Amino acid sequence: MTAVTARLGGFQWTSPRAVGAYGIGLGVLAFWLTLPPLHTRTTALPVVVGILAIACGIFALAREERRVGGGAIAAGVLGIGLALVAVQSSVPHLNQVVVWSALFSATLVYSTPLLYAAIGGLYCERSGVVNVALEGMLLTGAYFGIWADDFSHSWVVALLVAMLAGAALATIHAVWSIHFKVDQIITGTALNFLALGITGYLFIDHYGDAGTPGNIADYGIPDIHINFIKSWPFIGPIFGQLNLMIWLSFLLLVGTWVFVFRTPFGLRLRSVGEHPRAADTVGISVYKTRYIAVISSGAIAALGGAYLSTGFVHSFNQNMTAGTGFIGLAALIFGKWRPFATWFATLLFGFSSALADRLPIAYGSEWGTLFQALPYVLTLVAVAGVIGRSIGPAAAGRPYERQ
Amino acid sequence: MTDQNHGDELLSEDFEEAPRPSDEGMPGVRMTFFRQARGFVGPLLTTVVAFFVGGLVVLVTGHNPLKVYKAIFEGTGLNWFFQIGSHSARIPFATTHMWFPWDTSSIAAQNLQQTLLLTAPIILTGLGVAFAFRCGLFNIGGEGQYLVGSYFAIWLGTSFVHMNPFFHVTLTIVIATLAGAAYAGIAGILKATVGAHEVISTIMLNWIAIWVGSYLFGAGGPLQNKLQPDIPISGDVADGAKLPVFWGLKLLQGLSIGIFIAIAMLVVYWIIINRTTLGFAVRAVGFNPEAARASGISVARNYFVAMAIAGGFAALGGAVDVLGWEFRLGPGDIQNSSIGFIGLAAALLGRNTAVGVGFASLLFGALINGTSGRQLDPSIFAPELAGNLATIIQGLVILFVGINLGGILVWWRKRRASS
Repeated sequence: MTAVTARLGGFQWTSPRAVGAYGIGLGVLAFWLTLPPLHTRTTALPVVVGILAIACGIFALAREERRVGGGAIAAGVLGIGLALVAVQSSVPHLNQVVVWSALFSATLVYSTPLLYAAIGGLYCERSGVVNVALEGMLLTGAYFGIWADDFSHSWVVALLVAMLAGAALATIHAVWSIHFKVDQIITGTALNFLALGITGYLFIDHYGDAGTPGNIADYGIPDIHINFIKSWPFIGPIFGQLNLMIWLSFLLLVGTWVFVFRTPFGLRLRSVGEHPRAADTVGISVYKTRYIAVISSGAIAALGGAYLSTGFVHSFNQNMTAGTGFIGLAALIFGKWRPFATWFATLLFGFSSALADRLPIAYGSEWGTLFQALPYVLTLVAVAGVIGRSIGPAAAGRPYERQ
Repeated sequence: MTDQNHGDELLSEDFEEAPRPSDEGMPGVRMTFFRQARGFVGPLLTTVVAFFVGGLVVLVTGHNPLKVYKAIFEGTGLNWFFQIGSHSARIPFATTHMWFPWDTSSIAAQNLQQTLLLTAPIILTGLGVAFAFRCGLFNIGGEGQYLVGSYFAIWLGTSFVHMNPFFHVTLTIVIATLAGAAYAGIAGILKATVGAHEVISTIMLNWIAIWVGSYLFGAGGPLQNKLQPDIPISGDVADGAKLPVFWGLKLLQGLSIGIFIAIAMLVVYWIIINRTTLGFAVRAVGFNPEAARASGISVARNYFVAMAIAGGFAALGGAVDVLGWEFRLGPGDIQNSSIGFIGLAAALLGRNTAVGVGFASLLFGALINGTSGRQLDPSIFAPELAGNLATIIQGLVILFVGINLGGILVWWRKRRASS
C-alpha cells in the first residue's frame, strides 16, 4: 500500500510520460465525442481533439518516451479516423450498436476465458516454459467440465474435473518439455491436436448428433445477483448479474499479482524463468518449480474452458474454443507477461469481440468479422515493437540442463 | 547428489552420448548406412506407436481397432497397388490406350486419386515448414500462408475469364505463390530486424488470414459470389484456370496435375537446400547463427529469404488446392481447414528432408482421406469419430516425433540394469 501511495505522490503531472498518457486519453475522447450519448455531428471538434492528442504524442516522443508517445500518436490518428466514420453513419444506427452497458457486460463475458487462459500461460511462461497449448487446455476444460456437469449435476465437480483434465494435459507438456527436453512449441502444437481430437472423439462417442443435453443450464455455474445495484444506472446492467467465474477471475488476477511479484515463491518462479542456472545455484529446484508452474497453468486455463461451456453457452461443440486460447496467448504477449497489463489486453480483445458481435445489428456482418482479427493485428504490432516491444522471460523456450 | 539426480544425468547422457561410441571404428560406408537407417527407423517407430495408441483409444471406446484400421486403409485407396491384373489404361491427355497391370477406374483407384489430391498440398505446406526449419525458424504459420495463397488463387481464378488457360493457370499460381511469400516475409522481416519471435508472429498471421478470409468470402464480402448474395461463398474459378485432370473424371474430382507440381517442388527443395549457395547459407544459419555471422553470411537476410521461400511453398499448396479441386471458398472451409498444421506434422515426421516430407505427406494424406465421411463405411466406424481419430493420431505423431523413442528404450534398460 505504501508503495502505491509513494508512486502516486511522486507522479509528475507534466512529465513527458504523463503528457503522452493525456494524449492517449484525448485520442479516445476524439472518438467518444461522436458516439452516444453525446453524438457530436460536426467533424471539427473530434479532429481538433485528435490533433491535440497527436501533439501530446510528438511532445512525449521528442523526450525519449517512445512507447507512450507512439501510443498517443496512434490513438490520435485512430480517434480521428473512427470519429469520421462515426459521423458518417446515422444516429439511430449508432444508438443500436453502441449501448455502453451492454457492450461492457459483453466485454467482461468475452474477456473472462481469455483471462483464465492468459493467467495460466503467465505461470507457465514465467517459469520458462512456452505454452502454445493454451487452446487445447481450454478445449479440454470445456469438454470435461460439461461432461462432469452432466454426469454429477454439480458445477463444483465440473470445475474440479475440468481442472484435473487440464492439469493432466499440462503434465504431458511438463514431462516432454522439462524432462525429455523436446522443443516446447512442438509439444504445444501436438497437445492442441491431441486435445482437439480427444474432446471431439469423446463428444461424438458420448453425445453423438444430439449434442449436449439442453438442461445443462440448470446445473451450470451460477450467476451472482447483486440486487441492490441492479437499479443503478450504467453500473447495474454491467455488474448486477455476472457469472461467478467472472468474479473468480478478478480474484485470480489479484492473487496472481500478489503471488508472482510479492511472495518468495513468485520470486523463485520468475528467477527460474529468467536465469535457471543462477536459480539452481542458490538451491531452487528448477525442475520442480517448472513442473508445478506448467501443471497449474493447465488447471487454470481449463477453468476458462469450463466457464465457456458450463457458465456461458451451456453446451459443447467440436472445436468450440475456435482460437480463444490463442487470443489468450496474444493477450499475455500484448500485456508483456504482467498480470494487470494482461488483464487490460484481455479487456481490449474482449471489447473487440463484443463490438464484432454488435456491429452486424446495424451495419451487416462483414465489418464485424474484420474486428475478430483485431487482437491478432494488435499483438503483431506489439511484438514488432512499434509501440514498445514485448520481450518475454529470458529463458522461455529453453530446456534446462542440470550440471 | 540424490538418487533422482543420478537418474537425470543418465537420461541426458544417453540422449547425447550413447549413440556415438558405436559410430567410432566403423567403416565410413557402414556408418552412413546406419545413420540413414536410424533416420528411417525413428519416424517409422513413431508412426507405429501413434497408430497403436490411437488403436487403444478405439478399443477403450468399444470398437475393434483392427477392423477400423482395415476400413480406413481401404478408404485410402492404397490397396489399389495390390490389385494387380491385366487392364488397359488411357494415356493421360491422349486418346490412345495401353496395357497396364492395374485397373485405373476401380473404386480403389478413385480413392487413391482423392488421397493423392490431399497429399499435394500437405507436401507443399510441409516443405514450407521444413525450409524454415533448415534456417532455424519454426514456421507455425503454414496455415495462414496456405490460406493467403488460396485467396489469391480464388481472386485471380475468378477474374480474367477469357484468358488463355495456360497463361491463366501460370499467372494465378505465380501471383498466389508470391503473395504467400510476402505474407510469410512479414514474420521474416520482424525476426530479422527487431528479433520478434517467428512463432508468435506466425500464429498471429494465421488468425489474421483466417478472419480476413472469413470477411472476404462471407456475406457481403468483396470476393463473395455476387449472383447469390445470401450464400457466404466465393464465385467459381473459371474453367480455363482449373488444373488439368490426368487421372479419373473431371466431374468426379479426378486427380489434377497438382501432385506433379508438389513432387517437382520436392526436387526443387532438395536442390535449393543441398546444391545451391542459398541453401548452404540457410543451413549454416540454421546450424549456428553466430558462426554463420562470423563467416560473413548475413543472418538477417537469410531469415527473411527462408521465411519468404517457406511461405511461397505453402501458398502454392493453397493455389493447387483451389485450382485443382476446391474451385470455391467459403468462411466455413477457411475456419475448418487444417492443411497447414498437417503439413507441420509431415515436416516433423519427415525430419525436414525432401524424401521424408514426401512419404510423411502421403501417410497423412491417406489418413485424412481414409477417415473422411466420403470414404469410410459408417456401419464399421462413424466417420465423425474417425476424423477425430485422425486428429488424435496426428497429435501423437508430433508428440512422439520429438522424443527419441529408441534412446528412451536404451535409457530405460540401463536404468533397470543399474538399479
